Amino acid sequence: MKLDFTAEELAFRDEVRAFLKDALPGDLRQKMIDREHLDKADTVRWQRILNARGWAVTHWPVQYGGQNWTPAQRYIFQEEMALAHAPEGSPFNVNMIGPVLCRYGTDAQKENFLAATANIDIWWCQGFSEPGAGSDLASLKTIAIRDGDDYVLNGQKIWTTQAQHADWMFGLFRTDNSGRKQQGITFLLLDMKTPGITVRPIETIDGGHDANEVFFDDVRVPVGNVVGEEGKGWDVAKHLLGSERSGIARIGLSKERLSQLRVLERRLAGDGTLTQEEQLRLAYKLAEVEVELRALELTQLRVVAADAHGGGANAAASILKVKGTEMQQRMTELVTELAGPAGLAVTDHDHHGGDLDTGWLGAAAPFYFTMRKVSIFGGSNEVQKNIIAKTMLGL
Amino acid sequence: MDFELTDEQKMLQEAVTRLVADTYGFQQREHALKTSDGWSRQAYAGLADMGLLGMPFAEEDGGFGGGGVEMMIVMEALGRGLMVEPYFATVVLAGGVLRYGASAEQRAGILPGLIAGEHILALAHSERGMPRHTLDARTTATRDGEGWKIDGRKIAVIHGASADTLVVSAQTGEGPGLFLVNTAAEGVAVEKARGYDGVPVADITFSSVAVPAAALIGDAGQSGAILARTFEVATAALVAEAVGAMSETFDVTVEYLKTRRQFGVAIGSFQALQHRAVDMLMELELSRSMAVLAALSLDIDADQRTRNISAAKAQIGKSGRLIGQEAVQMHGAIGITAEYKVGHAFKRLTAIDALLGDRDYHLARLVELRGVYPAAA
Ligand SMILES: Cc1cc2nc3c(=O)[nH]c(=O)nc-3n(C[C@H](O)[C@H](O)[C@H](O)COP(=O)(O)OP(=O)(O)OC[C@H]3O[C@@H](n4cnc5c(N)ncnc54)[C@H](O)[C@@H]3O)c2cc1C
Repeated sequence: MKLDFTAEELAFRDEVRAFLKDALPGDLRQKMIDREHLDKADTVRWQRILNARGWAVTHWPVQYGGQNWTPAQRYIFQEEMALAHAPEGSPFNVNMIGPVLCRYGTDAQKENFLAATANIDIWWCQGFSEPGAGSDLASLKTIAIRDGDDYVLNGQKIWTTQAQHADWMFGLFRTDNSGRKQQGITFLLLDMKTPGITVRPIETIDGGHDANEVFFDDVRVPVGNVVGEEGKGWDVAKHLLGSERSGIARIGLSKERLSQLRVLERRLAGDGTLTQEEQLRLAYKLAEVEVELRALELTQLRVVAADAHGGGANAAASILKVKGTEMQQRMTELVTELAGPAGLAVTDHDHHGGDLDTGWLGAAAPFYFTMRKVSIFGGSNEVQKNIIAKTMLGL
Repeated sequence: MDFELTDEQKMLQEAVTRLVADTYGFQQREHALKTSDGWSRQAYAGLADMGLLGMPFAEEDGGFGGGGVEMMIVMEALGRGLMVEPYFATVVLAGGVLRYGASAEQRAGILPGLIAGEHILALAHSERGMPRHTLDARTTATRDGEGWKIDGRKIAVIHGASADTLVVSAQTGEGPGLFLVNTAAEGVAVEKARGYDGVPVADITFSSVAVPAAALIGDAGQSGAILARTFEVATAALVAEAVGAMSETFDVTVEYLKTRRQFGVAIGSFQALQHRAVDMLMELELSRSMAVLAALSLDIDADQRTRNISAAKAQIGKSGRLIGQEAVQMHGAIGITAEYKVGHAFKRLTAIDALLGDRDYHLARLVELRGVYPAAA
């Protein structure tokens, strides 16, 4: 057993660091530090810089632009990105539809979509959830009825992130009602400009407008846009949802937030905002959080190391989503506590040009509010626990 | 970065785990507790036969030169069996002092017997009315001709009543020192008690106990550094023992959830209990990670070593409490009977938190060091 990275891994880390120092635009970095909302142009700009370096879609198969990295390299890359305050890129493009098309796409679909997806020439959204189908996704009802060379779609999706900006949607639609609910679901790609699609924004508690309702009224989608087979969409969705486990705990992000907390702590102690007693209480809270973060980091590293030996399901890996999201949420909670009443006047959701002296104050609470989402989407933490109880504990 | 055990370490793990499972079941443990010693000389001899008592000592001292990982493997296995024998007292605590402080002559005099399982040692350090985890001592050692005279009272000496030799911390006038004291010496009075975790403890009074000059370990005034190093290693060992006890508790609990039936179904089918079992698993895995961290930190630079080991002890304090309490709760009444293993594991986990600094103590230390992670830029 040993903790240290190898010399090659350290060299790789230096390479990533040097690249990020050079390539990450200063204004983007500052927005990330201030917890400002990134607009589509920001994400696209950064993704294209990464893509030019060959690092936009590193976990895709090499022939589609991925990198043959070891689990340790992936871990290092993700951590360095977070510590450098680099944005994460579009999860819908990079982590969801890209890998799905690499695995299930037809030659034509790969040809049409993969390079454009990696470069975000196409901006994707995910149409899975419906008003009646959340955790119980397979109960979805939006129908796609075959009519000649098209499907005709009717129904509604909800919570569709970034649908207002999306060029295309990948989604799940019901093509057959006769069997078990997991059967008869078909995975489709659709152009958001198709007539009959209506997008309505939903305002969220952080003041943002990322979520939407999407309505389908006789929307025609060519049969060539089925991914996998008709009626086999559930298998495709499972592949997508079983996303890369090595990154799921987002340790790098939590470490970055912790170092920000330390900076804020010093600042507020220095300018007289925090009494001695408050400083001490805060120091204890930070120590508690750090102990758990360290334990989580080591757990993540154990999983990374196990993956290098072939991986497989293990208890350590199973806890990363739940514990990692709780940790991210805890960090934002602490920043909000630190901001106190001075954080009441929130900065405008789309505001630009803050700085660490004051910008963080107004961003603290909205960030805290929005981060409640991480334990809800991607399989809620309760659903995660159900899965662990069943698969790991046999209950 | 690698968390695989070497082939030798895997063999050690298999051997010691099997030894504990085969020879130290709940009945054997109960039996050991009822003997006059309160522990099993036979079981201890079994550890000696397997070479485990020599594990951390240097090869030139007749040991195996094992490191933090080997210690973790052994302690985890002993933790699974809730072993009350003096491995921690003799090999880890007193043995740690010998490793970090004793002269070659002293080691040559003691270690062969210790490694053979014939010589029991205990560390007599804590005193009433002193801060709980101080390195200091109020017991005195005054020069008396060539040798020393020791006066004072020590509490909660783990395995103190069974020890042949005590390692005693005492003020020398030139700072605290550590002395080897034969328990049979005149002026040593031992009051034996049983810890709530089953491990024997003793209060020991020293009244003008004469020891020769050769009894002093290291130099007078040097004991702080020796004890500090010993306590770090011992803390890592306790963390690993806790992981063993937690694993066992967790496994027993999950098994019980599958077999105990109420309302016509296995209680493990209730989601409220499933989620709490998963919470236990999470605490166990986080603790396991920290045991590894502590084991791998024993020989790194002092600053990071201290942080890592304190973080590990703080983690298992929390996890051990949660796992112990939840295991008892999910067993219902059987969980609080003395005839069932889970309650005993809960008690041992409680004791482990109390020993060598509980969660609050180590959090305070981390606060003093400004956190687990080295200062942010
Ligand atoms: C910010 C955000 C962005 C999103 N973006 C998208 C998107 O782009 N595309 C998309 O398709 N979806 C998106 N979603 C939706 C997301 O996938 C769903 O919120 C998620 O699947 C949970 O469904 P639900 O919200 O309907 O909650 P429900 O399933 O109704 O759950 C409500 C509560 O009940 C609990 N619960 C449910 N089932 C169980 C059970 N079996 N056992 C115990 N507890 C249970 C849940 O954990 C939760 O606490 C997004 C959600 C959020 C918050």
